[in-house]
Amino acid sequence: MALCNTVIPIKSPSGQISYKAQSQDEDALVNAASNLHMVLVSKNGNNAEIHFNRRVVQYEILDVLEFTSDRKRMSVLISDSESGKIFLLSKGADEAILPLAYSGQQIKTFIDAVDKYAQLGLRTLCLAWRELGLQEYLEWSRLFKEANSALIDREWKVAEVCQKLEHTLDILGISAIEDRLQAGVPETIEILRQSGINFWMLTGDKQSTAIQIALLCNLISSEPKGQLLYINGKTEDEVARSLERVLLTMRITSSEPKELAFVVDGWALEIILTRYKEAFTELAVLSKTAICCRVTPSQKAQLVKLLKSCDYRTLAIGDGGNDVRMIQQAHIGVGISGREGLQAARAADYSIGKFRFLKRLILVHGRYSYNRTAFLSQYSFYKSLLICFIQILFSFVSGIAGTSLFNSVSLMAYNVFYTSIPVLTTVLDKDLSERTVTQNPEILLYCQAGRLLNPSTFAGWFGRSLYHAIVVFLITIHVYANEKSEMEELSMVALSGSIWLQAFVVTLEMNSFTFVQFLGIWGNFAAFYIINFGISSIPSAGMYTIMFRLCRQPSYWITMLLISGVGMGPVLALKYFRYTYSPSAINILQKAERSRGPMYTLVNLESQLRLDNNATDSISSMPVKKSSVYEPLLSDSPMASRRSVASSSFDIFQPAQSRVPASYPRNIKAS
Amino acid sequence: MTPGCVITIFLLIGITFVPVGLVCLQASNSVAEIVHRYDIDCVPDAYRRNKQAYIKDSLISKKCIQKVKVQYHMKAPIYVYYELDNFYQNHRRYVKSRSDKQLRHGMKYTDSSCGPLERNNGLPIVPCGLIAWSLFNDTFGFTRGSIGIMVDRKNISWRSDREHKFGKDVYPFNFQNGSLIGGGKLDPDIPLSNQEDLIVWMRAAALPQFRKLYGVIEDDLQADETIDIHITNNYNTYSFGGKKSLVLTTSTWLGGKNDFLGYAYLVTGSASIFLSILFALIHVKIPRPHGDAAYLSWSRKSSN
Repeated sequence: MALCNTVIPIKSPSGQISYKAQSQDEDALVNAASNLHMVLVSKNGNNAEIHFNRRVVQYEILDVLEFTSDRKRMSVLISDSESGKIFLLSKGADEAILPLAYSGQQIKTFIDAVDKYAQLGLRTLCLAWRELGLQEYLEWSRLFKEANSALIDREWKVAEVCQKLEHTLDILGISAIEDRLQAGVPETIEILRQSGINFWMLTGDKQSTAIQIALLCNLISSEPKGQLLYINGKTEDEVARSLERVLLTMRITSSEPKELAFVVDGWALEIILTRYKEAFTELAVLSKTAICCRVTPSQKAQLVKLLKSCDYRTLAIGDGGNDVRMIQQAHIGVGISGREGLQAARAADYSIGKFRFLKRLILVHGRYSYNRTAFLSQYSFYKSLLICFIQILFSFVSGIAGTSLFNSVSLMAYNVFYTSIPVLTTVLDKDLSERTVTQNPEILLYCQAGRLLNPSTFAGWFGRSLYHAIVVFLITIHVYANEKSEMEELSMVALSGSIWLQAFVVTLEMNSFTFVQFLGIWGNFAAFYIINFGISSIPSAGMYTIMFRLCRQPSYWITMLLISGVGMGPVLALKYFRYTYSPSAINILQKAERSRGPMYTLVNLESQLRLDNNATDSISSMPVKKSSVYEPLLSDSPMASRRSVASSSFDIFQPAQSRVPASYPRNIKAS
Repeated sequence: MTPGCVITIFLLIGITFVPVGLVCLQASNSVAEIVHRYDIDCVPDAYRRNKQAYIKDSLISKKCIQKVKVQYHMKAPIYVYYELDNFYQNHRRYVKSRSDKQLRHGMKYTDSSCGPLERNNGLPIVPCGLIAWSLFNDTFGFTRGSIGIMVDRKNISWRSDREHKFGKDVYPFNFQNGSLIGGGKLDPDIPLSNQEDLIVWMRAAALPQFRKLYGVIEDDLQADETIDIHITNNYNTYSFGGKKSLVLTTSTWLGGKNDFLGYAYLVTGSASIFLSILFALIHVKIPRPHGDAAYLSWSRKSSN
């Protein structure tokens, strides 16, 4: 235990020895060994020193057969400096070590012990050893050096050579390590599942360990509420049949309130991914939760790819180096920076400190981001379209000659100075407070269905810009007719009208009001006038004195007021009507917030969202898509990913928003 | 966005808009305006069929006298405008065809932005461009019986234009010398900053129907008076189907006669009041419990 690892002991000045390990498991094992008086004191170069109850033993480390996720074990070759004997020490997953035992050894007790520990949710490792003859070692060592320096297929060659050595081992025993869940993991998973995100767990651990951990962290529920379906088998046919059975069960019972989840292990998964991909894809779409054990990093990435191809939006969360491929493959990669080092955190799109921060990331920040992006993009179209439509309308009275109503200075300044700042303040906009969101996580479904940014909301903004352009144009040319119809003045009136309308539009669309937003909108409004006063003071400018002349005319201000009234009246009326009589889920929560009424905690996630007669949402009229169910959510549990020898990494896949707009939970689909 | 708040907003809008509309209407109604179209009437009968030949023939006298009846009493100052219709001063090539630099600083700054009328016979045209070339050149005189009515033709243009846009030492040169006559001629001895008609004309209008100031009458006009207008019908609007009219109008703080603002405000104000009443009625008839989370789709189903 003390030797078979890549741990480096560090001696502190006071004589205390601390260990620097690549994985938590190794760290635990070496510490445990030192607690049992087998202390690894130092490791210099090839020599390791062990103090055992006052006896000092020196060992020379000849070779290290490093851990690979294919072999699922690691070995070291050591030679006792006293006796000169050469030993092979191996440590690894039980199914990687136990089969290599020498024939005749009683491994039943070991198997039982492994099962017992796994049931308790502990991570098991198997330790074994063998003595080598010098000749055997030298021969093997030569092959090993060759393989290590090979330029082609090095990994394969090394694996082959290692295979040659690791056989007829003498099993020493089983170790079990408790890997505690991070604080807040079960609650986080529970709340994210409520919000419509599906979880898959991908781990390198044993099946029983994985199932136990899954039960602990709310991923699956025990009978009778939930049912676990196993996909396993020793041969390809068995696996295929098992898959068929599970698929059938899933299809039939998709309407029952029972929560179904399936479990598949790495070996079976390999077969499935190569031969029965379509069936598995269908299964993936039908199931809300899944546990995949003993998966290799490449399999993790493959699973993410599979789910991506089903049109799901995927999020992968992990904290170890073996999660990097999965994180990069998913749509959103989240890395937990922690005890495993920063590999996952560096490769990820988002890096958080603890698993439970995922809740805030998705529910709070992700949702706000979605709202703000939706508003920002549609508003940008709106303001540009407004100017364009006015120009188009003007061309009808200018002989379709292509005269620009607005002078070039105004046009340039429009997008940059006159309209950009109010919109930038939307980054502060919060439509619901965080407390409300965490109490009602189903609101996330709203985002998933694309309620705020879809063709119908865009059509709404488009129509609004057309209407506003017509209002501004018609009012301007009728008020500023005859003797007032001078080009520069009329152009400035039209521009002012647009700016007034936009200030009101942004105000109306804001859900929350902070001082900065207020300042942004109305400060920008004032800046418009200040800038134009400035330009109007330049004698050589085409606009010389225009703004001053206009502001002295009462008809200018009256026109502005009229434009704002006519333009915003219908918009306000429509918004109010929708808000009060056919409110969307967000509106309901907003009202509840304001009146501080009792908050209902949601029990069952139903989606009568289609009944929310939200006019901006025409999705409800679309037929339910065949494959749109809960989007699986792939996340990685940080507690488990370790670079340990047994490659035990808990990876829970978290699927996120679906790109398919009409997404309804399975329950409703059946009903 | 509570019902109370929104209903109040609409009510307020209505209550402010309706009086404003009434005030605007009243201001517009207090304007007395005479509009007289003369481009058809001023063509002699012989040329009614071929107005273009008439206008282009410089030998035919273009003098024409029109009688106009004053309906309402008009208090001084009375503004005299000439109104053109179907004249697209806002056409892109027309609007571009000028050189502000040249207008300010003189011949040396003639540049190519003046389009087709930059030079003539190798010499630069001052002022260049289509806008200047198409200068309106009808003249109007007014008499009451035998007594003339004074029309003040000074300060009809923007002061900022006179002082900063048109040069005091820039004189017309080689103007309207080409084969195509587009409009009036300019006195080459008067600097541009004093050529008020030109300055007024060069302020391009944005709409195809526009009025430009001709002069100001500082006298009152009594109701039921008949005025004689002595027009020289020089300007050719017959080639493109344009219309020419003469406008005599008083002015208020809101400008000339324009009912649009008044009516628009009235309509908007009443619609707003109507909406507020409608919303109030709906609110009373179909009360919506406000902010009840039980209305959430998901909690609704679960309570079933």
